[in-house]
Amino acid sequence: MRITLAEIKRGEKAVITDVSSAHVPLKLLEMGCLPGNSVELVQVAPFADPMYLNINGSHLAIRKETAIHILIEISNE
Amino acid sequence: MSKQINVALIGNPNTGKTSVFNALTGLNQKVGNYPGITVEKKEGICKLPRGLKAHIIDLPGTYSLNASSLDENVVIELLLNKNDKDFPDVAVVVSDVENLKRNLLLFTQIKDLEIPCILVINMADRMTYKGISLDIPFLEMQLETKIALISTRKNQGIKTLKDLITNYKELPTKPCLNASEIDVDYFNNLRKAFPNQLLYKLWLVITQDVNFGKTDRNEIETVADFKTKSKADLKRLQQKETIKRYQFINDTLKKGQTIDLSTAKDLRIKFDRILTHKFWGYLIFGIILLTIFQAIYDWSSIPMDFIDSAFASFSEWTKNKMPEGAFTSLIAEGIIPGLGGIVIFIPQIAFLFLFISVLEESGYMSRVVFLMDRIMRHFGLSGKSVVPLISGTACAIPAIMATRNIESWKERLITILVTPFTTCSARLPVYLIIIALVIPEGRIFGLSYQALTLMLLYLIGFGAAVGSAYILNKLLKIKSKTFFVVEMPNYKLPLLKNVALTVLEKTKSFVFGAGKIILAISIVLWFLASYGPGETFSNAAEIVTEQYALQNIPEAELQQHIASYKLEHSFIGITGRAIEPAIRPLGYDWKIGIAIVSSFAAREVFVGTLATIYSVGSDEEETIKNRMAGEINPILGGPLFNFASGISLLLFYAFAMQCMSTLAIVKRETNSWKWPTLQLVIMSSFAYLVAFIAYQILK
Repeated sequence: MRITLAEIKRGEKAVITDVSSAHVPLKLLEMGCLPGNSVELVQVAPFADPMYLNINGSHLAIRKETAIHILIEISNE
Repeated sequence: MSKQINVALIGNPNTGKTSVFNALTGLNQKVGNYPGITVEKKEGICKLPRGLKAHIIDLPGTYSLNASSLDENVVIELLLNKNDKDFPDVAVVVSDVENLKRNLLLFTQIKDLEIPCILVINMADRMTYKGISLDIPFLEMQLETKIALISTRKNQGIKTLKDLITNYKELPTKPCLNASEIDVDYFNNLRKAFPNQLLYKLWLVITQDVNFGKTDRNEIETVADFKTKSKADLKRLQQKETIKRYQFINDTLKKGQTIDLSTAKDLRIKFDRILTHKFWGYLIFGIILLTIFQAIYDWSSIPMDFIDSAFASFSEWTKNKMPEGAFTSLIAEGIIPGLGGIVIFIPQIAFLFLFISVLEESGYMSRVVFLMDRIMRHFGLSGKSVVPLISGTACAIPAIMATRNIESWKERLITILVTPFTTCSARLPVYLIIIALVIPEGRIFGLSYQALTLMLLYLIGFGAAVGSAYILNKLLKIKSKTFFVVEMPNYKLPLLKNVALTVLEKTKSFVFGAGKIILAISIVLWFLASYGPGETFSNAAEIVTEQYALQNIPEAELQQHIASYKLEHSFIGITGRAIEPAIRPLGYDWKIGIAIVSSFAAREVFVGTLATIYSVGSDEEETIKNRMAGEINPILGGPLFNFASGISLLLFYAFAMQCMSTLAIVKRETNSWKWPTLQLVIMSSFAYLVAFIAYQILK
């Protein structure tokens, strides 16, 4: 099942499949947000925005508007 | 003769780079600015064996060599310029053992510049806790470097690092991967066009958006047979480069690092479930703020009272011990009270910086950014604006510089414009003394009224900042792309040494920075208050004596009448009374007027100014507070500082833009006089209006 990162739920584990280089800043890629890396939702702020994620061991917060440009695949565990 | 080498400390934010810097240099450090820009430059000296000395620079934290801010650009500019006097003989790349994968990205980039590199793996004390083990010899081989495994917390490995720096000549300079494989044709062309240049350096120059090293860039454009690529293509290539570097790092760490998850403990998640919780998170944040204000008010009152009376006795002592004359009076009535007006606030400012640095060091500040982002966006701000707004409670100048990591220009500009509303430490002296004078003592729920008033003033400042941001957001028509990335660092117990050094450094710069202005203003004020034009001033003694000739009043009282008559007819008295009509509707007399005018240079001058004005011609040993409490309103009678005029003054200082240094920084950061001028005019007129309304209602 392929969805955007904005739709991930707490407790789900996923793998990044595609990152739109036009909409996602290089800085985020450098922090590990790259295709093939794992991603997990740690916590959401009120209104589910921003999102506190664990990407490949890096703990980051990004806004929903960026998350919709990152595609993921939920890996069932 | 001893030899000195240059060492640059480079690393991601939150890797404990500053702790390493403090461990190496101790107190042998100084903080300055890079010429022309306001990025903080920290440097220090470290003594090494064999008479070698290392000049160490703590460069701003960066995630990569692709700069997206001025701070990060400092790093690249230094590493690309071999002629810079600070160009490193050896680069020490600091990484955090828990985030090795991400930290190594920057390391591989620096290796490509062929600078001798030492890899510091910091926070080694966390390894067993996290179940991490490392194959150091393997990693050293793969990464073409020497590794120092250190723990600044436990003070381990610093000696190893020093030894490695001493023997820097033995370090390999070979890159650890070949980045040019991402586009072989492109890089071959580049190599042909510039055979004498380092390939990776060229690539960095080409991809840098920020303009630096102009000559290099022109060279690239003038060589005809070299075709540059479009921006979108370059961006794709940078993405490819990042992926390639991560591939190498993943392969290396797969063999060189094992993480035993069964023994790993993760308290972070447990903490964050509560500290970033939709309800508990905000509640805890509120409690923390409340505690800070209560502490600032209660804890610092003891040393402050002591300083206040010490300066009063010192002034008196000087007057008695030194021969009478203009010079003695300048020292006893001008300089000492003026200095007292600044020294007295050291306890509070130290406490404030203590709390701010603890919040930053512990990693809690990032959680606040996360919690506040959505709310702040309603007002055209970013979650990252919270950091400038909170550090604005210390000083607007570093706060405005801290806006640099806000990615969107519109959000950043609004943050810069509204930050001066937050209650900076320079307002604190004014608030404290007025609160002490007009707000009754007493407690409610264990919190004193005075502390609550102070808290309220902080909230008013914050509310004004957020409210004006909301208006600016509607008015400003700036389209800018926004994105938002915040690292959530692991929670750490703040290191005592780091906190202590920050508090010491910041307090020192506050005292000396502000002290200079205050000293100068005190001297000028003393002069203006001690001399006056015409005969009314020089014949003051005769005029007053004549006035009271019929009443039989004691000598001491007569002297006091003479002194106040003199003050009224001095230069300062004449100026003050000229502006009095403008400030009378706010409930102030001309002395307060003078203090307000002089505090447009810097707010904290207010108390010093009043201290100087009140002590000129006065013989008694008195604290500033008692002198102010004794002032009588010349028209209405009763104490000058009553509830109405006190509240009016507090509100005036809450809103008015009275700080030349802040205006100068805003000019530099926005590169235009338009914004600081608007700030000055709008904030100050608003302050006048609010103070006017408050006094008219309350009087």
